[in-house]
Amino acid sequence: MGIGTYLALAAVLFGIGATGFLTRRNMLIQLMSIELMLNSVNVVLLAFNRVYPGNHDGQVFAFFVIAVAAAEAAVGLAILIAYYRIKKTIDTDDATLLKY
Amino acid sequence: MTDPGTILFVTTSILAMAGGLATISSRRPLRAAIGLLVHIVSLAGMFLTLHAQLLAALQLLVYAGAIVVLFVFVIMLIGPASEVEAIQGRLASRALSIAATVAIVLAVSTSVAYFDAPWGFVSENFGTVEGLGTAIYTEALVPFEVISITLLVAIIGAIAVARSRTE
Repeated sequence: MGIGTYLALAAVLFGIGATGFLTRRNMLIQLMSIELMLNSVNVVLLAFNRVYPGNHDGQVFAFFVIAVAAAEAAVGLAILIAYYRIKKTIDTDDATLLKY
Repeated sequence: MTDPGTILFVTTSILAMAGGLATISSRRPLRAAIGLLVHIVSLAGMFLTLHAQLLAALQLLVYAGAIVVLFVFVIMLIGPASEVEAIQGRLASRALSIAATVAIVLAVSTSVAYFDAPWGFVSENFGTVEGLGTAIYTEALVPFEVISITLLVAIIGAIAVARSRTE
């Protein structure tokens, strides 16, 4: 298995995440789709670091991506709960709080 | 075709794609969370084929241990309202978004699939706690401290945003 297989797989996983983010209205599932996209980026970083293993730059970057994803999930779910308190739904079509 | 790395890669890639598809296609968010769990665990297995042992462990700890559990907690907190009925109509925009994503993914994946580079020679502590920890604490010390502050700010922000304002 060459690096091209890993890159193609990462592209497919990113596409799955992007499709989920664009076609779903459930805010929970949209947040999960963001996690899918962040994970696919980690695959690319680790695959390239495996090809050039002289340093750990890709793995360090993937480490920071994981940390940022954790922070993003915490804040995103907090926003989701605040939104649910106001609207009693998590349908993103009803997110018109800034519109009027 | 029969070496263990290839078998592990094929298995985990199929499971990762199946988990991702289950995540975005389930109507019930709990099933989507289980799909996300399958996706994350299989990606952790794939990291092992790339000599990233520490990151595979971190993937399991942070994603499977923290993020998926956080999602499940929120699903339980919200209850039946966590299900949103499917989109009615607007077929044109949905079809356009799916078609654009599929076209981009096909273009990118078919063009990078033939990219080939030999796997480099891996030193003894590549990807281990020792190797990656040394790299983080020597070359990336400032970003490491910044990311710890970012996590602290995210914790405070999550509490501030989600706390009840009824009293």
